[in-house]
Amino acid sequence: MDSIPRIPLGEWTDSFIAYLQIHFGSGTQAFSDGLESLIKGLQGFLISLPPELIIIVVVILAWWLAGKKIALFTVLGLFFIYNLGLWSVTMETIAMVISAVLFCMIIGVPLGILGAKNNTAHRIIMPILDFMQTLPAFVYLLPAIPFFGLGVVPGVITTIIFAMPPVIRLTDLGLKQVPEELIELGKSFGSTFFQMLLKIELPLARTTILAGINQCIMLSLSMVVIASMIGAKGLGGVVWRAIQTLKMGMGFEAGVAIVIIAIILDRITQNLGKSK
Amino acid sequence: MIEVKNLTKIYGNNVDKALDMVKKGISNEEIKNKTKQVVGVRDASFTVEEGETFVIMGLSGSGKSTLLRCINRLIKASAGEILIDGRDVLTMPAKELEELRKRKMAMVFQRFALLPHRTILENVAYGLEIQGLDKEKRVAEATEVIDLVGLKGWEEAYPQNLSGGMQQRVGIARALATDPDILLMDEPFSALDPLIRQDMQEELLGIQEKLQKTIIFITHDLDEALKIGDHIALMKDGQIVQIGQPEDILLSPASDYVARFVENVNRSLALTASSVMVRPRYVVHPKDGPRTALNFMEKHGLSTLFVLDRIGKLKGYIRAEDASEIASQGIKDLGGIIQTDMPTTGPDSPLAGLLEVMAYTKVPIAVVDENNKLQGTLVRGSVIAGLAGGRGEMNNG
Repeated sequence: MDSIPRIPLGEWTDSFIAYLQIHFGSGTQAFSDGLESLIKGLQGFLISLPPELIIIVVVILAWWLAGKKIALFTVLGLFFIYNLGLWSVTMETIAMVISAVLFCMIIGVPLGILGAKNNTAHRIIMPILDFMQTLPAFVYLLPAIPFFGLGVVPGVITTIIFAMPPVIRLTDLGLKQVPEELIELGKSFGSTFFQMLLKIELPLARTTILAGINQCIMLSLSMVVIASMIGAKGLGGVVWRAIQTLKMGMGFEAGVAIVIIAIILDRITQNLGKSK
Repeated sequence: MIEVKNLTKIYGNNVDKALDMVKKGISNEEIKNKTKQVVGVRDASFTVEEGETFVIMGLSGSGKSTLLRCINRLIKASAGEILIDGRDVLTMPAKELEELRKRKMAMVFQRFALLPHRTILENVAYGLEIQGLDKEKRVAEATEVIDLVGLKGWEEAYPQNLSGGMQQRVGIARALATDPDILLMDEPFSALDPLIRQDMQEELLGIQEKLQKTIIFITHDLDEALKIGDHIALMKDGQIVQIGQPEDILLSPASDYVARFVENVNRSLALTASSVMVRPRYVVHPKDGPRTALNFMEKHGLSTLFVLDRIGKLKGYIRAEDASEIASQGIKDLGGIIQTDMPTTGPDSPLAGLLEVMAYTKVPIAVVDENNKLQGTLVRGSVIAGLAGGRGEMNNG
């Protein structure tokens, strides 16, 4: 083994990141500022609303989309979180999840469409997604720091990277599952590319795409918690502080709150595709 | 007018070489063995006149659906010309093709191809929407064609709530909505039950009489071809083996292959009652009074009427004269005048044995199942049509 020099993958990565930082640093700074004001704005907005109002809205949504039982669970769960005094950190977490999911959809759905329409694109995108999904999440928390510093922005960005693959994959899959005869129907009536997409393909792929978004939300929530390690705050921040100070009770409370939020988000969005 | 000249479609990645071999008359099999190219359509030429129904028939795998899709370029032909009003579809720029598909031609699909997320009205209006018509006009025009195909009242339903026959009516309405000159119909009735299929064929003929579209109609059912087609092209292995009027195909088959087809059709002995019966549309129940029955008979020009009980079992028939007599006596119940001497038969009885009965009976023959439920009736017109056209459907289509 001595005769073969060690491949300096780590050094290459370091110099690549350094290169990116020098040449694209100012661009990422502007992006970072924009993203930060979005997240902070959303967090401020959610915290400024009376908790009772938010609870009522979420319960109505749960009732409508997921039925009575989930609605009841939502009332109890959210009041419990409120009671524990975790309300405003929960809202911080929710705001991060919403921002991350928003970006995942804005970027992921078009990439999924591209993958479904173009074989070359498909062959390039899929291995990248595999890479994104299997690389341990902690590893790409690190490079986010030199670009975006510590705090909420790198947290959300790593979340976007982590949670986007299912949106792309399931958009791609959903479009490919549209029956051939319906594609022929669209073409035979002279539909343009966008008419095909908006009137035939996307509506038929809707359930599959929404399943992707459901997965994306769940992954976002888990990543937002991990991202507290680089200062993303929220419920994860409480857990992180509890770990550092060995306060088991505090960690457990925040952990339970995360589970409650996860269940509510999952049950509500799971039924999005089936509601109509 | 549609002119197709020397149209060839080859699937594969070395089309030129295979085209050369087609020109030299080398068989599909040999081309496949030597070049791995598959010949879908081989040197097809025909002309479809304005306002006629041109049927392309053949077994599955004969290339008929490929040929149809070449006409609106859903499949791009490898060689040849498709002239529609003098313009070649094959070489036409993409924008022009889109316009052609939007306004000049429409397609009807074997499995209906309805959009499950749209109502019947929205499905029918699809083509109009693509044309960019505003909503008000779309709704007005779509409503009109929905009425034409007999689906009034179903505008707001969704496709999955409709039966197969009704779904295909929607498919036809959608194709007619843009008022195209040309209809491309890809085995539109193959997925339907035999009786529904007959109804739909009748209806298509009715619509065609009114609208005079140019129709290219694909089928694997010779009977359907004979019934609907003004001209019929028979395909085998991607090639057209004979083109002619229905009588030509029946009386002077151009090859053994065609002759074998026609032979199938003439096996009138093999016809069964169920294959030529018509649906019992005109029936009464005992509780319907004589007035209702008489009105009904007068309206449809009938002299007798079958009587069914509540669950569809055949009780007998009534005659118009008896009904009018008890009506004048003020009797409200039909029970007393039900006759039971009508000829009946099972659905699988051979037609040959029924012809004599048919000749002498004044009442239609009732076709009943083992529970005595009325399945259909044999009237002279349908039997003669069945004998003339045959009902032998090709078996592996």
